[in-house]
Amino acid sequence: MMNEQESKLLDILAGRFNGQVTVFAGEETLVLPVDEIAPAAQAFHDEFGFDLLSSLTTVDYGPEVDPRFHMVYRFTSIAGHLSLNVRVPVPGLSPEVPTLENVYHNANWNERESFDLFGIKFSGHSDLRRILMPQDWEGHPLRKDYPLGYEEPQFTFNYDEIDVRKPYAYRRGGK
Amino acid sequence: MGLEQKLGNMGVVTTRLEDLVNWSRTNAMWPMLFGLACCAIEMMSAQAANYDMSRFGMELMRASPRQSDLMIVAGRVSRKMAPVLRRLYDQMPDPKWVISMGDCASCGGVFNNYAVVQGVDEVVPVDVYVAGCPPRPEALIHGVITLHEKVRRERMKDWA
Amino acid sequence: MSQIEEVTLDGMSHLVSDRALKGETMLLNMGPQHPSTHGVLRLLLELDGETVVNAIPDIGFLHTGIEKNMEAKTYQKAEVMTDRMDYLNTTGNNLAYCLAIEKLVGLDVPERAQTLRVLLAELQRLASHLVWLGTSALDLAAMSDFMYCFREREMIMDIYELISGQRMMTTYIRPGGVWRDVPVEFETAVRELLKIMPRRIDEYESLLTKNPLFIDRTAGIGKISAEDAVNWGLTGACLRGSGVYYDIRKFAPYSGYEQYDFEVPLRTEGDVRARYLVRVAEMRQSVRIIQQALDKLPMGPVRSSNYKFVPPPRSEIGTSMEALIHHFKLWTEGFNAPAGSVYVAVESPKGEQGVFLEGNGGPKPWRIHFRNPSFDNLQALPVLAKGFLVADLVAIIGSIDIVLGDVDR
Repeated sequence: MMNEQESKLLDILAGRFNGQVTVFAGEETLVLPVDEIAPAAQAFHDEFGFDLLSSLTTVDYGPEVDPRFHMVYRFTSIAGHLSLNVRVPVPGLSPEVPTLENVYHNANWNERESFDLFGIKFSGHSDLRRILMPQDWEGHPLRKDYPLGYEEPQFTFNYDEIDVRKPYAYRRGGK
Repeated sequence: MGLEQKLGNMGVVTTRLEDLVNWSRTNAMWPMLFGLACCAIEMMSAQAANYDMSRFGMELMRASPRQSDLMIVAGRVSRKMAPVLRRLYDQMPDPKWVISMGDCASCGGVFNNYAVVQGVDEVVPVDVYVAGCPPRPEALIHGVITLHEKVRRERMKDWA
Repeated sequence: MSQIEEVTLDGMSHLVSDRALKGETMLLNMGPQHPSTHGVLRLLLELDGETVVNAIPDIGFLHTGIEKNMEAKTYQKAEVMTDRMDYLNTTGNNLAYCLAIEKLVGLDVPERAQTLRVLLAELQRLASHLVWLGTSALDLAAMSDFMYCFREREMIMDIYELISGQRMMTTYIRPGGVWRDVPVEFETAVRELLKIMPRRIDEYESLLTKNPLFIDRTAGIGKISAEDAVNWGLTGACLRGSGVYYDIRKFAPYSGYEQYDFEVPLRTEGDVRARYLVRVAEMRQSVRIIQQALDKLPMGPVRSSNYKFVPPPRSEIGTSMEALIHHFKLWTEGFNAPAGSVYVAVESPKGEQGVFLEGNGGPKPWRIHFRNPSFDNLQALPVLAKGFLVADLVAIIGSIDIVLGDVDR
């Protein structure tokens, strides 16, 4: 889908919002600083016709990398037949990103998901609660320093050993 | 068939109370409509025309735990769902049974991670495990019939 | 085990209106175990009498940690997880994931495999729409449609079993092609289905489309304007029911969809009935695509011969040392993908199914995110349901066609 029109648009956007353009596998991505994403999204929506927020997610590069997180956005212009990838690097300590909820309504849940699974704070978000995990859950599961939570499977050779440790539920009153 | 031959001309049949109760329990076992994930679709297939679970007196899926006596846990149980599942189980009137349908409900299946309970038997006591990912409708029906056999073997001294 | 969440009225004061705090409206919990929520969806309803003032979805009861779990497996072994996400559209999920891998490592797919992929994706769309039609009609108390739809769905399941040995979780589409060639009986089975399907769709429609009860329950219910629909991120039939022409198969064709002649059904009403009509029309288009794909199905290999990424055929392993080494390497270590990220979208029965895949040079995905259509579609439920009756809510949930595995992942 990469074409000249899109490349030209990306150069314009990069110049205006102080960003850079990177290319991988035929996909161009606009890298923006974190304080530009809110005005940029407003402009994408109002001026450039990107009316659909296709995807919003986070990538964690591990605690030792700085900036640790990247927010990844994908905007789509249905009428203009264009798609736009945007990345926003976010530092690992107290990560905070402005919300896009007021421009794209569906950012609401997607941002809650990033908050829940990565612990990214979205300033100005109307309802920043956990969405997938229980409210009393501790930690953010998709961070790289969070363990997978693997349990040893029960096979014939270790059946008894695990059977002793494994908690089983009983009927009320026991049996 | 069967009953008429036993009756003879007397209109009376004698049996043990245990057998009578077990017979009536197996022939009107109402499952709770408790689809969680993929297995729920196969459970629906088992209800629909091709497999037709009503042949075994199981056509009535009850939405309320108060009206059902069999819980078919069809699908993976997440940590968020586990307390809800236990509460629903507690709300079911005795006697009650549980079928763990599919690998995820039986042992966690392919999902060995932070979010999924590794076997629903950590939450509720399970009577029959049905293997498969997801099990075919026939497998579910087989599980149900196995449960019926189990119920027929129950003895009165264990009921209390 | 964590406890069931106890919520106080103060704790959710930002979610409900002031009238609820004063006690003028009623707060009602619906789910997570409820027959018409299509899975484990929990809704907090704020009701004024029978009118829905607000409906607040609470999701995550089926959160499976698929994205995290896939990061711990190699690219090939992770694929089985994609089946279990949107379990009504298993082939579509495989397809999206494989397209992402193919884009990441630059892998070509043979023509026969491309055609088979389209054929199977459309069969799956048909199967998914049949489940939707059956269950959403059942919610509106039309029992017969449920039975009819599952009858035809079994035929499609049989075809899947024929080619892959599994009814639902087929994992038939693999990176670089498909698992193996289809058996000879495949064509007859599909032709049989194609022969009866148009008549059967007429049969479903004859029960619902002009049924005055059904029209009363659906027309004008759950309306959303085109502008709102786009802004709320709706895709698929929900968006096309509001008159927006957005179908990934036309917008950014993949697997050779540009070679097929089909239409994208559109309605402008934006209500439950419009979404119903769009989906039924889509079923007819799917039949058309399957017909074309089956007619043109070319002969040839079904897997790429780039053995760095694709396992060699079984027959070669016995005779060729290299094939054995490739096979061993692929199934123990996997293949390395370059560092970089791609986004690929396909049109699932529910909408835009996107995959964001990032590699880091190793054999395991560094990050994989699924943009699942049900997640965004369900989010618009409060907008759709506001001002309608509780009974209409059931029709609205049915019409957005959510699969909770797709929402929670």
